[in-house]
Amino acid sequence: MALNAKIPQGEMDKKWSDYKGHVKLVNPANKRKLEVIVVGTGLAGASAAASLGELGYKVKAFCFQDSPRRAHSIAAQGGINAAKNYQNDGDSVFRLFYDTVKGGDYRAREANVHRLAEVSTSIIDQCVAQGVPFAREYGGLLSNRSFGGTQVQRTFYAAGQTGQQLLLGAYSALERQVALGNVKMYSRHEMLDVVKIDGKARGIIARNLINGETERHFGHAVLLCSGGYGNVFYLSTNAMGSNVTAAWKAHKKGAFFGNPCFTQIHPTCIPVSGDHQSKLTLMSESLRNDGRIWVPKQKGDNRKPQDIPEEERDYYLERRYPAFGNLVPRDVASRAAKERCDEGYGVGTTKMAVYLDYKDAIMRYGRIEAGKTGQDNADDKTIFSLGRSVVEEKYGNLFEMYEKITGENPYLTPMRIYPAVHYTMGGLWVDYELQTTVPGLYALGEANFSDHGANRLGASALMQGLADGYFVIPYTLGNYLADEIRTSSIATEHEAFVNAQKEVNDRLNRLINIKGNQTVESFHKRLGKIMWDKCGMARSAEGLKHAIAEIQALKKEFWSDVKIPGDINEFNPELDKAGRVADFIELGELMCLDALDRNESCGGHFREESQTEDGEAKRDDDNYAYVAAWENKGENGWQLHKEDLNFEIVKPTQRSYK
Amino acid sequence: MQHYHMNLTLKVWRQKNTQSKGSLETYQVKNISSEMSFLEMFDVLNEQLIVEGKEPIAFDHDCREGICGMCSMYINGQAHGPWQQNTTCQLHMRAFKDGDTIVVEPWRSKAFPVVKDLVVDRSSFDRIIQAGGYISVNTGNAVDANAIPIDKKDADHAFMAAACIGCGACVATCKNGSAMLFVGAKVSQLALLPQGEPERESRVLNMVAQMDKEGFGNCTNTYACEAECPKGISVANIARLNSEYIKAGLSNEEN
Repeated sequence: MALNAKIPQGEMDKKWSDYKGHVKLVNPANKRKLEVIVVGTGLAGASAAASLGELGYKVKAFCFQDSPRRAHSIAAQGGINAAKNYQNDGDSVFRLFYDTVKGGDYRAREANVHRLAEVSTSIIDQCVAQGVPFAREYGGLLSNRSFGGTQVQRTFYAAGQTGQQLLLGAYSALERQVALGNVKMYSRHEMLDVVKIDGKARGIIARNLINGETERHFGHAVLLCSGGYGNVFYLSTNAMGSNVTAAWKAHKKGAFFGNPCFTQIHPTCIPVSGDHQSKLTLMSESLRNDGRIWVPKQKGDNRKPQDIPEEERDYYLERRYPAFGNLVPRDVASRAAKERCDEGYGVGTTKMAVYLDYKDAIMRYGRIEAGKTGQDNADDKTIFSLGRSVVEEKYGNLFEMYEKITGENPYLTPMRIYPAVHYTMGGLWVDYELQTTVPGLYALGEANFSDHGANRLGASALMQGLADGYFVIPYTLGNYLADEIRTSSIATEHEAFVNAQKEVNDRLNRLINIKGNQTVESFHKRLGKIMWDKCGMARSAEGLKHAIAEIQALKKEFWSDVKIPGDINEFNPELDKAGRVADFIELGELMCLDALDRNESCGGHFREESQTEDGEAKRDDDNYAYVAAWENKGENGWQLHKEDLNFEIVKPTQRSYK
Repeated sequence: MQHYHMNLTLKVWRQKNTQSKGSLETYQVKNISSEMSFLEMFDVLNEQLIVEGKEPIAFDHDCREGICGMCSMYINGQAHGPWQQNTTCQLHMRAFKDGDTIVVEPWRSKAFPVVKDLVVDRSSFDRIIQAGGYISVNTGNAVDANAIPIDKKDADHAFMAAACIGCGACVATCKNGSAMLFVGAKVSQLALLPQGEPERESRVLNMVAQMDKEGFGNCTNTYACEAECPKGISVANIARLNSEYIKAGLSNEEN
């Protein structure tokens, strides 16, 4: 099967407007007859379900949480990018497009990224109109801040809770459509299969997590907005329930998986404290705006950070990357932290951490405040206290979170941070219309692969989720559904539904009847360790081959020895988790296979065999300027298809932040 | 910070489903690290129960960083436990000492029926939002984001109200099972912003009507909700809710 990305012809900055001008439309009377299923209610899912409901489609939305408001987009902290150029600092749609393609290390599809940059400005307008309380300046206008990988201030934010505010905006729009009867909401439901009829996606099998029963749901189209798969590593900044199951079921039903090995390891997370750890907590990248990252110049220096004099500190990001300093992109910052720790310069009890220090920023802000109030001879204590208030207003909730977890006060002692799995750029392969290789099956937001290449820039995930849901899918879905107006709703007694439901039930029965000796959690931890050690921040052919063998063995062991308590037809979180871990195990194998195939370093994917003399990632554009789209062949593994990437505008060069 | 280990006695509410009657069961956990979160301590207990062939304790949780609002334990008589402005998932075991007995119950309120063990049904909150907790603006209808300047003070207050995570601690801790803090926070957020103006009156009337229909109690100004709110939502929002409600009611009568 040849991949067709369906990129519109014409100049880059005209493609989207031309597409919109010529796309097929569905008239309002016909929209009422068309049913759309949306799986997941994060930024992508909630915005898509709300917008499609507003247009008049009959929407069914599903989430596994007890309310759509709890999807993990809620936890995004730092902000959302948009090319508004409100700061008059040289931003434009082109700059945002350029930064994103470059930031993604030239492994994203240019046309998708350009569209993303174009619609970014409408997102901010829409959110403000919904009552999203973004940060403002005293003049009443919106405030912006900087983020990694850019030299302009284009990030809109609501303290360190931007994701929460945007999601609550989308959630309120969704609930409004629920009240109007345009969307029917299914909370505590998990999608366990896609139903295909004559090659097209026609519905899903979902399980009601309260009573354990499986249900059949018809839709003329199915939208997967089910997020990323970072939890394959067990420890990540994802929520405990975040999982790959919906995307994986789609993959097994024919949707190709794009660039599965592209994982984002975020540089600033609270380090692991012990074996009991169940998740990792992010400290927003926005902290790198003002914080300075350092380690001692002397190996194994056990002094308290306050006792290490300035000249004995190595501000290694500022030293290695003077142009961007502490604001280099995430992949670069993470690798630099790992390099220092691997060399023995790490800090804290585990020595797997670096300092993120706010002392200079507090004093700098303090002096500004003192100047404003005419306190020319203020002492250090006064300056510190004035500066602390400024930092508190900008980052207060993050500092509080750090203190709750570690018991240390980050205003007084530098934070200890270390990289952690945060986001997955890979996902279901989609064309320009966000359609997967299964007609009628779409993937939006983090669940697709399309916009971030091999590394996502900060504050771009929220932008992409909302772009896909508010401003892309309402157009592209119509182009498909315009040909479906003669398809009447298919009764779920159809044999395709009956068979899919039987398969789902059989698998649940198989799982619960293994009655082995090892818990689901123990398997998940073992998978996570294999993935982190061998398919994490540094990867090698040898390690990946080992990992594949280990994962295959783990899969066998899981299916013969997992122990799941309780029954199927009841509220049983262990059974839910078992199904997800079983899918993660299969995904883990594919990620290693993909990482093995890609014998180059790019973005977050670092192959030890492919680095420059000074240890930077070395891309190989001659051989790897493609999207790896994997087709599932069941018991026979996977077949690789390649979508060649053509860069018309942003010509690939060695990415430099020096 | 000095780390230590502890042995604990837990008394946990067990209830098979909504219909059945529940009771407190006693469990022992050993060698718990002070660095663990409260939910990680529950993970240890559940792993122990599964290995022993017993049914693990069902509890709601997801983000484990205090923002999704899913976790909901009533710990030693306090919603989300002993720390101020904190969710259960952010509570760490250094709040306890060796030999402590900890009693853990679900949220208790008529409008939050127990699903199983410590899990409750909070869909009544979603229905209150459906009644009016939004601004009716379809996608694509918006004007430029900077077209309407908003006083920073109003924007900040709207944000502080909007920080509500919808966990339901306010209801669980209230002797009347009132949802006034939750409703007041949303009504305030939208009343403080110019975008919320057109639906200001119908919003507050409809949301309060739905709140009453769901079986939530009234507010008698005990302020327990504010004291237990993990996000520090102020009871000033309840005062604003009352004032918005009265104004809307009066102007409705005029019509």
